Amino acid sequence: METTFLGLDALMLARIQFAFTVAFHFIFPAFTIGLASFLAVLNGWYLWSKDEAYLHLFNFWLKIFAITFAMGVVSGIVMSYQFGTNWSVFSDRTGPVLGPLMAYEVLTAFFLEAGFLGIMLFGRGKVGNGLHMVATLMVAVGTAISATWILSVNSWMHTPAGFSVNDAGQFVPEDWWAVIFNPSFPYRLIHTLTAAYLTTAFIVGGVGAWHLLRGRWQNKSVRKMFSMAMWMAAIVAPLQIVFGHEQGLNTYEYQPTKVLAMEGHFETHENGIPLYLFGIPNQEEGRLDYAVGIPKIGGPILGKGWNASMDGLDTVPEAEQPPVAMVFWSFRIMVGIGFLMMGVGLWSLWVRWKGRLYEDRWLHRAALVMGPSGLVAVIAGWITTEVGRQPYVVYGEMLTAEASSPLDAGAVGASLLAFIVIYFAVFGAGVGYLFKLMGKTPERAPYEEDIDYGPLRASGIVPGVQQEAPKGGNDRQPAE
Amino acid sequence: MDALATSIDLTIAWALLLAFAVYVYVVLDGFDLGIGILYPFFRKKEDRDLMMNSVAPVWDGNETWLVLGGGGLFAAFPLAYAIILPALYPPIVAMLLALIFRGVAFEFRWKAVGTFQARFWDAAFIGGSTVAALAQGITLGALLQGIEVDGRAYGGGWWDWLTPFSVLTGVAVVAGYAFMGATWLNMKLEGDIQIRVRRFARIFGIATMGAIVLVSLWTPFLEQEYFSRWFSFPAALVVAPVPLLVALIGFLLWRSITEEGRDWMPFVLTCALFGLCFLGLGVSMWPWVIPPTVSIYDAASPAKSQLFMFVGAIVLVPIILAYTGYAYWVFRGKLKPGEGYH
Repeated sequence: METTFLGLDALMLARIQFAFTVAFHFIFPAFTIGLASFLAVLNGWYLWSKDEAYLHLFNFWLKIFAITFAMGVVSGIVMSYQFGTNWSVFSDRTGPVLGPLMAYEVLTAFFLEAGFLGIMLFGRGKVGNGLHMVATLMVAVGTAISATWILSVNSWMHTPAGFSVNDAGQFVPEDWWAVIFNPSFPYRLIHTLTAAYLTTAFIVGGVGAWHLLRGRWQNKSVRKMFSMAMWMAAIVAPLQIVFGHEQGLNTYEYQPTKVLAMEGHFETHENGIPLYLFGIPNQEEGRLDYAVGIPKIGGPILGKGWNASMDGLDTVPEAEQPPVAMVFWSFRIMVGIGFLMMGVGLWSLWVRWKGRLYEDRWLHRAALVMGPSGLVAVIAGWITTEVGRQPYVVYGEMLTAEASSPLDAGAVGASLLAFIVIYFAVFGAGVGYLFKLMGKTPERAPYEEDIDYGPLRASGIVPGVQQEAPKGGNDRQPAE
Repeated sequence: MDALATSIDLTIAWALLLAFAVYVYVVLDGFDLGIGILYPFFRKKEDRDLMMNSVAPVWDGNETWLVLGGGGLFAAFPLAYAIILPALYPPIVAMLLALIFRGVAFEFRWKAVGTFQARFWDAAFIGGSTVAALAQGITLGALLQGIEVDGRAYGGGWWDWLTPFSVLTGVAVVAGYAFMGATWLNMKLEGDIQIRVRRFARIFGIATMGAIVLVSLWTPFLEQEYFSRWFSFPAALVVAPVPLLVALIGFLLWRSITEEGRDWMPFVLTCALFGLCFLGLGVSMWPWVIPPTVSIYDAASPAKSQLFMFVGAIVLVPIILAYTGYAYWVFRGKLKPGEGYH
């Protein structure tokens, strides 16, 4: 029996495979959770205002939703079986506690989304606007319910509660309320759902910015999508920083080791805790090389005094430390993107105040660059929390090393290669189709044809752009 | 009710509920996988568009029953989930990857640019559907022929699942799904393409019946216990209606796909035929979940887990069936050539 594949043992291969498939999967729901709600808002707004610009915007994003949702479904089915194929010991032992939560996810969320998706995508003409709106809402609600259950499961793995262990070594539920509403769940749910909404807002904003940069400011759908996205950025990004901070405090209470790794505290501090902005973690030597920090303010941030003391990673046995560098860096990427998002949001408020929201090309360029930033941030945050939990799969209760299936390294290696090749090929093609759809100009409402917006004020716009988009609507979607 | 009785009743209830979920999956995803299997026999783009559009609004919901099957097994019988999936690692991974190809084909096929991409996603739909069906059939056969268990884990080798019997069940499921796909299309389409679909319904109908006979004759010889259930007196009297009903439905099916008549009839009869096959499997396997070692009681999660889910399932499954039924009702009737959802 082979014990390694390309120098990696079966456990490491299974970990890479899970990390790869779950990270890939997570990209899709991180986008569709927010997009489903955005679509419900657009459709509701259209029905209420009868303004066709919202209908065109709805149809524009609906096509994108359909493709993304399909990729989310098929990559999600992989997840629901991978617990068993690659983590059979974990499945056997946690099944009694986590299985029912996942079963509830299927029963309350997956069926709801899938059952109404067909009507949402294809049924407006068959069921009428009212029921179509109901179907759209059901899909949006379904995505949020799904996130709720799966984040409860994930949170339980970080802060297990409400269970006992039976003779077979299985975790057995004692108190379902305590299991579901385990200590980290409310914080993680709010932080993750908000992250999903922000991710969507920045993708929508990036697409809007792209069309504005192409001179399509006369298209009301384009203006609306950019404006709505920037409102989200301005309001939600600052809130998200607060939510993230709250989750950090919760993590410090229940998983202090993870926070030590996130913040690079190898050493114990006696009189005041610094906040390290930069440094290179050196786990072998147990120190943060080239550390740049602000003295003392780490204490108040963690809810302690200015002169507080804190045990560092030097008090944690090496075998119980997570890989510090990954946690340290991924945390910084996530936080950095969070502040950049807030910056774009506040900038957009200023520009909006000045009445130049659809003209400020630098804002548009920034929004375009920040388009995929939410996806990067959610993956980075995911790595922070999951790698920070190591070496445990169920924190404090079960080691990751004990959780995997008795599989041959060759078998896992072969499947891992297959997943990598197929995911990049299939989902790469899918992302290509998404870009094509995003690059199409949303249809213009008929009433817009006659409106003469006049030339845009010359400031902030290059002359060439107006030639690109003369009045009269030749930026309409070409007939297919 | 004392705790033990509760747990035994719940365990049976969960076994039945999961069997129901798997049956619904087989029927629903059976016909839409079947459409992919039938694709190679319909080369014109317009035909293929129609075939795919006949399931485009519902395929997603159909596949959710597979997730319920996996999730439900994890929750109600975690030990079985933890043994069966590693034992069947290659076919399960193949099925998952195949489902990716066919699932995205529903969307990507309509976005394809140029003939290469169009052909590629058609091939992905055909290959994905066929491999998924084959892998599901092999999984069934490998489970039926028995899985080696060591303690609380799979104890066999990596190719144990591959035997002549599991290959037969694999091919049987491919034929069966193609048959279901053809009877579904017979219901949803009209005109020239319906006539051609009916021809394939007859071909795959014969293949399916042949496969059912072969698998049924082979199964009792896999395991002494299976044999005694089917052929020992008086047990045989109790189970005898199953093969007799299969023969009756086979006859009715043949009539309904050879003569003009109600177009929904062959599809409904196919569902009944699959139901009987399912019942036959139950006769052989009950109360094992992994023959011949792990029973549903061995694998059951604690009563507290099963009860918590059962309360929800009893309320939610009827609701799910209702709105799923509504979604089918919305898209009922014949699909006209040129009418499409994309």
